[in-house]
Amino acid sequence: MMGQAATGGQAPRQLRIPLLSRVAGCGALDLDVEGERITALQLRLGEPPRLFERLLEGYGHDQVVDAVARICGLCPVAYQLTAAQAFERLFGCEPPPWVRAMRRVLYCGEWLQSHALHIHLLAAPDFLGVADALGMAAGHLAALQRGLRLHALGVDLVRLFGGRAIHPVGVCVGGFHHAPAPGEVARMVGRLAAAIPEAEELVRWTAAFEFPVDEQPFTSVALGHPHEYAIGAGRIQSGDGLDVSIGQFEEQLATSQVPHSTALHTRLDSRPYLVGPIARLNLNFRELPPAVRVVLDTLPTPTPTHNMFHSVVARAVEVLLAVREAHRLLLDYESPAAPAVPAHPIAGTAIGATEAPRGLLWLRFEVDSRGVLRHARIVPPTSQNQGRCEEDLRASLERFGLGRSDAELARHAERVVRNYDPCIPCAAHFLRLRVTRRPHRSSQNSLT
Amino acid sequence: MNRNRLRLGVYALSGCGGCQAVLLDGEGLLLELAGRFDIVHFAAIGPCAPDERVDLALVEGSVSTPAHVERLSRIRAASACLVAIGACAVSGGLQSLRGLARDGSRWPLDLYPHPEWLDLLDRPVPLARYVKVDAVLHGCPIDRRALIRVLCDRLAGVAPRPERRPVCMECKQLGVPCLLVARGEPCLGPVTRAGCGALCPRGGRGCYACFGPADLVNVAGLGARLASLGLGQEEVARRFRFVAGDVDAFRTAGAVGPAAHGPETP
Repeated sequence: MMGQAATGGQAPRQLRIPLLSRVAGCGALDLDVEGERITALQLRLGEPPRLFERLLEGYGHDQVVDAVARICGLCPVAYQLTAAQAFERLFGCEPPPWVRAMRRVLYCGEWLQSHALHIHLLAAPDFLGVADALGMAAGHLAALQRGLRLHALGVDLVRLFGGRAIHPVGVCVGGFHHAPAPGEVARMVGRLAAAIPEAEELVRWTAAFEFPVDEQPFTSVALGHPHEYAIGAGRIQSGDGLDVSIGQFEEQLATSQVPHSTALHTRLDSRPYLVGPIARLNLNFRELPPAVRVVLDTLPTPTPTHNMFHSVVARAVEVLLAVREAHRLLLDYESPAAPAVPAHPIAGTAIGATEAPRGLLWLRFEVDSRGVLRHARIVPPTSQNQGRCEEDLRASLERFGLGRSDAELARHAERVVRNYDPCIPCAAHFLRLRVTRRPHRSSQNSLT
Repeated sequence: MNRNRLRLGVYALSGCGGCQAVLLDGEGLLLELAGRFDIVHFAAIGPCAPDERVDLALVEGSVSTPAHVERLSRIRAASACLVAIGACAVSGGLQSLRGLARDGSRWPLDLYPHPEWLDLLDRPVPLARYVKVDAVLHGCPIDRRALIRVLCDRLAGVAPRPERRPVCMECKQLGVPCLLVARGEPCLGPVTRAGCGALCPRGGRGCYACFGPADLVNVAGLGARLASLGLGQEEVARRFRFVAGDVDAFRTAGAVGPAAHGPETP
């Protein structure tokens, strides 16, 4: 477990420690330490690229909606709805209010499922001092079961509209392939009502965790909407005053590749930025429904916050929001005359942006007059968060204390990375921390 | 106390992570699983022991890098029974279509400023290209009920019984009106392996073959039927070459256009 000196004296030391389980993605962390300073830090997202941007070329817009879901098994709905929205905007096809409302419900289902999973299976074990969710079954069974119930509710919400939770089959350009029957919806409304108090308990449960003191400056970026907590529509806004339409976003971005990662880095004004639950809550908490705001205002944790460890609370707040929004929108459900409006392809550039569970997802498709895709660009949330996560790791580990043992450093680094809920589209396995330590000239530190 | 319990490992190569998420995709499934198996490796949720011996290995994802080849052979060596779960593991998945593209080898160059930093195989391939696979679960993603069946079969010590029928049979059993016949909707149900419960036809849309080809199907016949609905040759080909990936039965579908004798009546 603990690192050992490969050689004595001044020689650099290479230590390998298994790092991150409980993240969705294949990566590693390399750390060069010199005395009390990190001289190099690389978050390695080593997932082999599947080259989706080329794979999609030649497919019709209807098939693209189903294909992009396959980018991510944890947020397929986000990809489907963003793609559908992009094509609708280009084709001048305005989905009716019923479609817009039900898509928000569907999206709530995905937030609920994704966030409940992250809170309980990935993040909570760190705060509770157990190895993993299975370890929670001993002392925290009721909380685990509550979490799994909320997760199942999210799964079933997605199923209601798409038949299955992963790569659901319900969404099409123009609306949905079919509308759920009123009876099914009524049963779901009952379950959602019963889940509201559970979601409120969940929020208070997470806010009572003990959080490391780790405030850092960073720029939040999220969709903003004047009338609602933005999920499926809005302008792209930042805490630094950025306020652009989704069509203007690309001009602000700089994308680059680094040798240690297969996910491209993106920067805004040549600086890293944050997307995801904390970014959204920081920018949009005023738009939360009053019933959610009331709960938020009584928490011991602050909003807005600049401590990424509070992301578990932000996810819980969004779980509550998702349950309440789905309940509100389904309460007076009526079957529509038609679940979709017709879409007639035209050539041009289709742009879509929505808030995936892990943050802003932005897509651009160029299509020909038959709606066949000729060129694609995909900017997923984890790619955007990569730079911010590296910056955070550096600051957080230095504050934590580099004199600590490798095992402690690894544990802390894992927690920092988990705060971002990285989804390197594919779940992974070998996350390693490699620490190379060079004794600082004046350091007495034993470095283990 | 756990000496007699079967040891389970869940591993992922290249894919979207959705098939292993199916293991978490229900209120009780994970706890039930933990009650019946020793979960030795399932890094996405915690247990991390990639080289430990297991009785049952569930492997998702396609083999896409030289490192995958090596990892897969280690998983094979350490597992008594290896099950390929999902389209990527069974047939390469959507990403394996790169192998069919004339310029597929150029794609990394087109998308990455420094393709030399990537280490990819020529094309993503299914697990069986490199190791013996004891059982397969089709689908993109796999179906939860089929997964549970395979786990139960293993617990009971019996061999899983593969599904061979097409989706058409599920529609007939469920009484779903035929979309192809009644609405002229392009539907791949006649050639697609059953197992989803006719999810798409029940939801009012044509099947898009995410479970891959069924056994003994007439792909050329269906291709001709789709062409008779007004789909162009290229479009027919794209319907077949989709999420199941680069599979033999679908590879040439549509490539030769409508059959010379014209469309068949359904």
